Amino acid sequence: MNTISYLLLLVFSEGGEKGGSPLDVNPGVILWTVVTFVFLLLILKKIAWKPILNSLSERENFIKDSLEKADKAQKEAEKLIADNKVSFVKAEEEAHKIIEQSRELAEKLKTQILAGSKSQAKKMIVDATSEIERKNAEAFNKLKDQVADIAVNAAEKILRENLDKDKQVKLVNKYLDDLKN
Amino acid sequence: MWINNPNIVTDTVKIAVEATKKQDTSWIMHHVLDARELDFSPFGVIHLPQLHLFGIDISITKHVVFMWLALVILVVTFIFVARSYKKSLIPRGVTNLTEVLIVFVRDEIARPTIGKGYERFLPYLLTMFFFILTCNFLGLIPYGSTATSNIAVTATLAIISFIVIQVGGMMKNGVFGYFKGLVPHGIPMWLLPIMIPVELLGLFTKPFALAIRLFANMTAGHIVIMALLGLIFILHTYVVVPVSISFALFIFLLEILVALLQAYIFTMLSGLFIGMAVHQEH
Repeated sequence: MNTISYLLLLVFSEGGEKGGSPLDVNPGVILWTVVTFVFLLLILKKIAWKPILNSLSERENFIKDSLEKADKAQKEAEKLIADNKVSFVKAEEEAHKIIEQSRELAEKLKTQILAGSKSQAKKMIVDATSEIERKNAEAFNKLKDQVADIAVNAAEKILRENLDKDKQVKLVNKYLDDLKN
Repeated sequence: MWINNPNIVTDTVKIAVEATKKQDTSWIMHHVLDARELDFSPFGVIHLPQLHLFGIDISITKHVVFMWLALVILVVTFIFVARSYKKSLIPRGVTNLTEVLIVFVRDEIARPTIGKGYERFLPYLLTMFFFILTCNFLGLIPYGSTATSNIAVTATLAIISFIVIQVGGMMKNGVFGYFKGLVPHGIPMWLLPIMIPVELLGLFTKPFALAIRLFANMTAGHIVIMALLGLIFILHTYVVVPVSISFALFIFLLEILVALLQAYIFTMLSGLFIGMAVHQEH
């Protein structure tokens, strides 16, 4: 019993002259703590937590919206780029087609023109040839007449005395016909 | 065994009691305990007013003054912070610091511990966190005093937490539903006489643990620092000075961590208990 009472004495002994233990509860402090804390809670709730938390959520929403918007814009841009690519390919194809078409057209035109000019040239050559032939024949006929005349004249001159002119012309013509054939 | 020999124990205890009476340990307690004056020695001592109301001593004590100091600091800071948000949503300076803590309390404490409907308890948790944090840090500045190393303060804060937990649970589940939900589902009837007292006891042990944890953590660090520095005077030698100073410095740094940690733990556990009371199905 003695031991226990001494132990209790030790536990509850207040060291030093000032006394007091960390476990002492002062009712005044309890009251002031309640007052202070409740006052702090009310005042901070009004002036701080509401506006600050609102601002924070506002900013978070703003960031979220901005990110979503940026995402959307990027998707749109990507779509636009894809569209552009498609239309670019299309345009290129179109251009190729047009070039091909015009090349074909040019080729066709070329061959046409070439054929045209060839045939014209041929025609011209033919014309020229026939003209030349005609002229030749004409000239030949003229020459033949002239040669005949000259020959006849010469023969007339030579054979004036012994031969009749008409007989001689007939003879010469006969020879010339033979020559021709 | 020593217990079989009461004489030895009696002697030892007697010596210890004598020693306690003889040796003046109040110089350590002086720094930890509440006081009726603000001790700014060697510059002077400010005596605080003594008040009485209905026979209760409601004098302003050192810890009360430091609670008020915390209150003033918090109010001034948050008026400034709230105003800076009005100017622009981009935080800067002090706003950055408080925002980190506010977002921490919101996203790391309130949201995960309470879950759905955490917004209603957020002002309480934020106030509790910042109040405890500021009180803890005020004890680390020279001439400062830790209001949270007073068991009356921590017990009161824990009782406020207790009220918030119970009222929160009752508001969500109804008074009857709340008490019904305290006992887990699917318990056999014959276990109820055991379960009901256990669960009721559990309600009160939670705030009790909150109060003791905060009080002990905030008191212990200061006592250890005082004891380490006291080694110099007890051993009467300068040789121990570097050891004392470096160890005390280490403990001091540890106390900075503890100040943050205890504010976090108190808030987190409050949130956890609120979450348990509000969402009883888990």
